[in-house]
Formats: sequence, structure tokens, C-alpha cells
Amino acid sequence: CGRGSAPRSMPEIRVTPLGAGQDVGRSCILVSIAGKNVMLDCGMHMGFSDDRRFPDFSYITRNGRLTDFLDCVIISHFHLDHCGALPYFSEMVGYDGPIYMTHPTQAICPILLEDYRKIAVDKKGEANFFTSQMIKDCMKKVVAVHLHQTVQVDDELEIKAYYAGHVLGAAMFQIKVGSESVVYTGDYNMTPDRHLGAAWIDKCRPNLLITESTYATTIRDSKRCRERDFLKKVHEAVERGGKVLIPVFALGRAQELCILLETFWERMNLKAPIYFSTGLTEKANHYYKLFITWTNQKIRKTFVQRNMFEFKHIKAFDRAFADNPGPMVVFATPGMLHAGQSLQIFRKWAGNEKNMVIMPGYCVQGTVGHKILSGQRKLEMEGRQVLEVKMQVEYMSFSAHADAKGIMQLVGQAEPESVLLVHGEAKKMEFLKQKIEQEL
Amino acid sequence: MLDCGLDMTSTLNFLPLPLVQSPRLSNLPGWSLKDGSAFLDKELKECSGHVFVDSVPEFCLPETELIDLSTVDVILISNYHCMMALPYITEHTGFTGTVYATEPTVQIGRLLMEELVNFIERVPKAQSASLWKNKDIQRLLPSPLKDAVEVSTWRRCYTMQEVNSALSKIQLVGYSQKIELFGAVQVTPLSSGYALGSSNWIIQSHYEKVSYVSGSSLLTTHPQPMDQASLKNSDVLILTGLTQIPTANPDGMVGEFCSNLALTVRNGGNVLVPCYPSGVIYDLLECLYQYIDSAGLSNIPFYFISPVANSSLEFSQIFAEWLCHNKQTKVYLPEPPFPHAELIQTNKLKHYPSLHGDFSSDFRQPCVVFTGHPSLRFGDVVHFMELWGKSSLNTVIFTEPDFSYLEALAPYQPLAMKCIYCPIDTRLNFIQVSKLLKEVQPLHVVCPEQYTQPPPAQSHRMDLMIDCQPPAMSYRRAEVLALPFKRRYEKIEIMPELADALVPMEIKPGISLATVSAVLHTKDNKHVLQPPPRPAQPSGGKKRKRASEDIPDCKVLKPLLSGSIPVEQFVQTLEKHGFSDIKVEDTAKGHIVLLQEAETLIQIEEDSTHIICDNDEMLRVRLRDLVLKFLQKF
Repeated sequence: CGRGSAPRSMPEIRVTPLGAGQDVGRSCILVSIAGKNVMLDCGMHMGFSDDRRFPDFSYITRNGRLTDFLDCVIISHFHLDHCGALPYFSEMVGYDGPIYMTHPTQAICPILLEDYRKIAVDKKGEANFFTSQMIKDCMKKVVAVHLHQTVQVDDELEIKAYYAGHVLGAAMFQIKVGSESVVYTGDYNMTPDRHLGAAWIDKCRPNLLITESTYATTIRDSKRCRERDFLKKVHEAVERGGKVLIPVFALGRAQELCILLETFWERMNLKAPIYFSTGLTEKANHYYKLFITWTNQKIRKTFVQRNMFEFKHIKAFDRAFADNPGPMVVFATPGMLHAGQSLQIFRKWAGNEKNMVIMPGYCVQGTVGHKILSGQRKLEMEGRQVLEVKMQVEYMSFSAHADAKGIMQLVGQAEPESVLLVHGEAKKMEFLKQKIEQEL
Repeated sequence: MLDCGLDMTSTLNFLPLPLVQSPRLSNLPGWSLKDGSAFLDKELKECSGHVFVDSVPEFCLPETELIDLSTVDVILISNYHCMMALPYITEHTGFTGTVYATEPTVQIGRLLMEELVNFIERVPKAQSASLWKNKDIQRLLPSPLKDAVEVSTWRRCYTMQEVNSALSKIQLVGYSQKIELFGAVQVTPLSSGYALGSSNWIIQSHYEKVSYVSGSSLLTTHPQPMDQASLKNSDVLILTGLTQIPTANPDGMVGEFCSNLALTVRNGGNVLVPCYPSGVIYDLLECLYQYIDSAGLSNIPFYFISPVANSSLEFSQIFAEWLCHNKQTKVYLPEPPFPHAELIQTNKLKHYPSLHGDFSSDFRQPCVVFTGHPSLRFGDVVHFMELWGKSSLNTVIFTEPDFSYLEALAPYQPLAMKCIYCPIDTRLNFIQVSKLLKEVQPLHVVCPEQYTQPPPAQSHRMDLMIDCQPPAMSYRRAEVLALPFKRRYEKIEIMPELADALVPMEIKPGISLATVSAVLHTKDNKHVLQPPPRPAQPSGGKKRKRASEDIPDCKVLKPLLSGSIPVEQFVQTLEKHGFSDIKVEDTAKGHIVLLQEAETLIQIEEDSTHIICDNDEMLRVRLRDLVLKFLQKF
């Protein structure tokens, strides 16, 4: 939708979503601007395990090689729906050009990819998947960028990263050729949370702003209320002797909720154990310590005295603990209950009405998480087994996406000529579209 | 304003500030003038033939008289050592601009300032000497006091409140970030390879480029390597912050440091390393980490004492993006980039805010102590000099190059302790400079006068100066230097619809011209050519717009002319058209064609043609049309 004022003749900018146009999952957008072709994100879809899980690169390859066509690839953050198809794209389809991402993303991305690969190949037994070596080879093509650094991709094309909040290392990118420019937000968050700051961009007046719109219709209540609600629910479940499962992505909400529970446990002097699944999350906390400059003001200021990512009450989880009697809280990956440890624990605990599962984020269609959130209580599992869900199911929107208000704020900051909504559901986009057209 | 450094060598003229009362220092004899008048003996004390001011130490500020600092819009900081005078400038001169620096520069700069303030404030000294500064008295004093410059402008240390206020005026920037200054110029910091977050700066417009290279290093230590490529094509390269010790090889010095340290400790002595709380100390700790076990020093305690020791060690671990590639790779594992994390974990390195408190109970000898300040005039180092100075078993090893070690030691003489001088200065030496200049090829080099001649003490070493073509332009304190370039062109953006309408005509092979009729829109020093408004329609009874919205009337455009008039052919043409009695005179700029009969002259110059005839419009028009035949219209 165009802005009414100051009509400048629109330069030719073409946007082709290869995924996540009007959908969440496998984010991948092709932008052609002044003769340059840039691919934004290269994600996988968590709801599918067939061809549809990766973006459709044949759109490009039917006319030639990826490397010849693309001037560069940009990855906005480490969530798999934004980078999960990268090794497939670069090593199996074949791309040798530069891939740009921030330092924290470069550090964490290969670990999540390896984890994803293990679940797909070792647990689900999928064939023709990318290998560990391919992940390594793919990461060799990565060029790390600093925030606000102007990266000269070639003589004409330059890109620049802005802080996006959302998860550690998440960035929005400005793509510029001459006087024409596009801003791609990736996923972002306009309100600071317990561990990250708010997204920020200068008045760069791009010709086009491509923004996510996951929460296009929501104007969320205050964070504090949601936190209080969350703590109350966890507290009640633990008091009645129940077990609480919180499926999370290893990095991101896990850290925020850990900080929240840690301080609550301390204040209320609670004794029920809190665990987080080992491996990933433990390692994740270490990344947060080393990349503390990417967290919010308060954590950065106090880190010398007290590092917020060193937890006293939260301990590493062992598979055997799931059968222990008595109450407990467990953070387990992955966040949409589609595989792995969180799904295992869920199956163990689902039958008991004293227990509770809290879904702190968005779940894509096709995942167990999505099913139970839409009210389904009888789930068909592998091998035609039916799992009856008696445990309490709660949804708390903690995932750090901008809501309608936040999106409007960002539009106000950047002052684009036009706005393009992606990474959301078609119906909700229509609502937001009208809102933007009204206000701009 | 490029950088804002503080000259701390002024403090060498002062007596050290001991943490605990030192009988030796307080019993030093007063110094009196040769004529016997003793009124200065409260202010000046004598120690082993040197005279010191017994007062709160003072610092020599940057020149503030020469310009009105309230007119400075921007200060660019190149590294944390070059911002120590910031509070004096931002708080007391009417400065209202913005300071630009990288995040590590600001964080570590804050630590250096915090340490300085802490060192000076925790030992309040009643006396603030001023008599000796009187010009008539100063010239009677012995060297180096006699020769100290600008003593009247020396100032006491700032407060933490002033530091916080100064730092709040800094805007954080990242390497290769392009920062627009009022649309007039763009500034960009580049990695300079010398310290965490250290930068060189590029200041450029569309057609001119000035590089400011200050405190750069080509050695591989912990910071990100120097970005040389981006310095290419500079009109002017301002070069400063070269190594202070051009004859010392930093690697060799580190080796000597380690062996002297080991030797002393093995003989049961203690080692004192006066140092800043950040910078080279990280590299020294890393060397020791590799060296300790092989040298059999595993049981020797290493102490790092500074009010900001803990912060400095912690901060060093969180700037992954500003570190060299090897250290970055470690963070990706994820592991701490510096091995001092492990030294701390294994209790080999312990850090304390001061020697009071926990340190006194943990203190074991023999040991190695890293502490400040390297001037030996304040900080915990003063205590250790007094404590260990009397024994020849102990060693003090100087690694920081900012202060002459002999001058630093002067108020502690006579000294039994061994003194080793291993200055480690990783900044560019003259060989590296000439390599760099060959590489980036600036049109002009500008540098401090000192770099254009060999050091006074080694006047035969012609290799210890900058050698470049054309010779470097030099400057010295309070001198005004005009840089050798002019801003002659501006870039103008043409709106696409206007560009579409252009019809270029080739006037010479390879050169095409087109006329543009447009409105020049200038805002924030950015120029845009916009399509001209359409000629005003006859206003059919419509309301007149307000004056400010009035569209300027668009006049009918005259064609533009180009080409030159060949005089001989022109005269022939005139004759053909019936003019006679034609005379041609050559002038400096062209020709004058005289039509004597008609009392008319035609002045033909390179860029103008004038027809001068009195009151005969018909004739003028005839002549004009003849002139136009020779010119191209478009």
C-alpha cells in the first residue's frame, strides 16, 4: 500500500516470496532492486516433512544457477523458520555467493541446524537430508556483519543491519542500491523484554518496508500482566503437586522465562525443582553471557556484578527426572511439540489432569502444539496410537513479535513510501493493511 | 575535532601520592631558590637531586584558547587512550556537539577514567601548589620544571560526575558505519588494529576524502586487524599516534618481559608491573598463560589490583565482534575469548579493587603484581614501589610506553630494586608507515612535526622519520594548517521522471550534453533536481494560493548555445553580407572585430560574445544572427 504524500515515481522493485508470503514458516523472500537480486532468509517449515518444508528454489534454478542469479543472501536471525533450509540451499541446490548474518546468528545458527538435522535424520530416519559436513561448508560462506556497519556487497549494492530484539542477534536489514532501498524486518519486537532490547531503525525512508505481521491483529495487553498470569498459573500447578511442561525454543523465550521464574522462586522461596533440557539450553545461556552486548540495557549494565544468565534455581534436566514423584517445572525443546524431548515429556504427562503444559509461543499448523491449542484433546500419534490429553493446556503469548501497535511504530520510525506485509496469516494482514492505509 | 587526549606526563613533575603515609616522602627537604629565599619550600621538595611539586597532581589539557570550542559540532574518538580529556572539553567550554566512538572505546575509556578519579580522590591532599607556576618564578626553577609548557592551564583531575556527564554525550558507532553529519560530510570509523574498538576515521564528501589514521597496529594481537583497504584514494591522510619506541620490537619485548619475570621470581623476589587496567595487560596475561607452566611458575600468585580490575577482565570477554578472528572463533564454541578466564578459575590470577581489604589477607610473596598507574605518581603502585624498592631481589618491569621510566622512577631514588624497561608499543613504526603509505597512496600526508625528523636523541637515524612523496606537511601545537584541497563539486540527484525526459546530444565523440530545466531543491545539504512546475494556467476565477505555495512562473526557455567562432570565416561572412572596412584586433582573451564604418565592434572571447553598437537595433539583430550561424543550438 502506497503512502499518499510526496509521490516519487516508483523505481522498479520486485518482491517474490519463495515461502512465508501469507504464512508463518520457511521464510524466504526474493527482492530484485535496481538490477540486484537479494534473497532474504532461507527458512524451513515446521509443519511439513515433505517437499513443502523448504522454499521453492526451482523458481530461480529453472533459469540457471543460484550463484549466477543471486548477489547475496541475508539471514535475519537464527530461528529455523528463517535459516533452516540454508545448508540444503547452499550445498544441495548449490550456492557459492556470500551469506550475511550477525555474529551471534553466525555462532548459534550451525548448532540449531545440527540439532534439526539430528532430529530429522536420526530420530525420524529421513533420507536425502543435509549432512553435518554440509552445515560446516555452508557456514564457511557466511560473512558476519556488525550492527549499523555498511557492508559493500559490490560497487553498487550495500546492506546495513539494525537491532531487531526478538532473539539474540536478530537484525533487520536495509538493502540499498543507489538511492533506492528496501528494509526487511525479519522478526522483531518493539518492546524491550526481560533480556532483550527493543528494535530500532533510523528515519531511513526506504522505498519499501517488508515487515513481518505474525501478530497483525493483536494489540497485546501489558507484558507485566502476562508475566503475572504466567507465574500464577505455574505457581498454582506446582502447589497442587502437578508437573509443568514449558516447550520452548532453546534460545530466546527460554532465557526470558528462566529469568522470570528464577526471580519468582527466589522471592517466594519455592522449593519445587526447575529444570531445563540439557545440551542446547545450557550452551545457549553461555552464548548469552558472551554476547551480552546484544541484550537489554539493564542486563548489560549489571553484568559485571551479576550475570543474569547464571541461574541458581534452575538445573539441568535428566530424562529420568520425568518420572520423579512430586511437582516440577521443565523447560524442554522444541517449542512447538513437534519432536524431541518436549514431545516425549508431553506424552508422559498428558494423561494426568494435575499437570499443565504452557505454550509460550506461536505454533504452526500441523504441529502437536497447534493441535492442542486449537482444542484437540485426542491426538493420533505415530503408529496409530491415540493420546488423550487430560492435562491443563495454556497458551501465553510470550513470543517476541511486534504487535499491530509495534508494527505501526516501526513504520513511523522508518517512514517508508510503501509497506509490504509478510510472515503472517492472510486474514489478519487484511486488517493491518487497512490500518496502515488509514494512518499513513 | 579529532580526538581529545590528555597529556599526563605533566604528573611526572609531582611527588607520588602514597596510599598510606610514607615517612620517606613526607620528610623530603624543601627546595629553595639560589638566593636563599625559602618561600617555595612548602611547594617544592627535593629528592636525589630532582625537584618535585608537592601537590595534587595536575594534567596538561588540549589547547582550548585557540578556538571557540562551542563552535565544534563533532568530536571523533579513535581509541580509549585518546578520550581522557573529554570531561574538560564537554563540561567546561560550552561544547554542545556530539562525540562519536565505538562501544568498547567508551566502556574501556570509562574504566580508565574511573580508575584515574578513584586513584586521586581516595588520597585527598590538602595542598594545591600554585606559587611555582608564576612565570617569573618558574624560569628560576631547575629542569624539567623550568621547561614545562602551559603550566597555568594545568588542571586537577575531573570528578566521576563530570565523567558520567561527558560520556553521556557520546553516540556509539560501529566499524564501517556511515554517519551523515548534517548532510555535509560522511564520517566512518574503521578498525585500526591497536586496541579493543580502536578506530581510524574517514571524513568524506562525494568528491573529497580525508583519512585520519591514529593509533594503528599491523601486528596480530587481540583486536580486529586494521582495515587498510578503505583508506585508499584519500586526498589527505592525517597520520598520528605512531609507536613511541620505534626501535623496540614488541615481540622481543614480551620475551624479555617473561624471562625477567621468571628470573626474579625464581630468586625469591617480587615483580611489579605498572600498567593500565586494559590493553597490553590482556596480551601479557595471555603470554603468561602459555609460559607459566613451562617456566615452573605454577605456584606463584599473580595479582591484578585496580578499582576496575574485575570490570576490565569481564568486559574483555564480551566484545567478541571487536576481536581478532581466532578469538571470535572461540566465542562461537562458546568459550571465553581470553584465557585469563581460566587463570582466574584456577586461582592463578587474582584480582582486587585495592590493596586494602581481601588482598592484605591473601597476599603471599614472592608474587607478581599488575597495578597502576604507569606514571608511578598515584594508585596502588606507589605503595609497592615504597614496599619493594629497598630490596635488590625485587624487579619493576616497565611495559607501558607513555612515560619515561627514568623520570617515573626519579622520586623513588635511591632505589635498590632492579628496573627493567620492556616497552610494548604495538603501534605503527616507520617501516610499517612507509609500507602503508605505498599501499594506500594518499595525495598528501599531514603529520606532527616530530615525525618529519629523526628523534633528537638519535639524530643520525634517518630511517626513524616519515619518508614520502610529496613530503609530509607537518603541524605543531597551536599552528593553523590549511589542507591542500578545495571543495569544488556537489552531487545532485535527478528525479527519475526528469531524467526520463532528458535528450542528450553528442557534441564530441564520447561527450553528450542535455539541457535540464528543473527546480533545485536543497534540504539538509542534499540537492535534488525536481521537474519544473507546469506553466501557470490562466486562473479561471480560482482562488489565489498563498504566497508561500506560489509556483514560480516558468518562462519560455531560450535555447542554449555552444561552439566557437572562427574569426577569419566570420570576417568573410561579414564581407559577404555587405560590411566593409573590417579590422580585427587580437586581445588577451580573444579578438575584437571592428566595423569602422558602422562604428560598431564585436568582442569575441572564449566564453562570451558582445556586440556593441549604438542605438541601431536592426544592425545588432543582423549581426547577432550572423554570429548564431556559427553556434550550435540545443
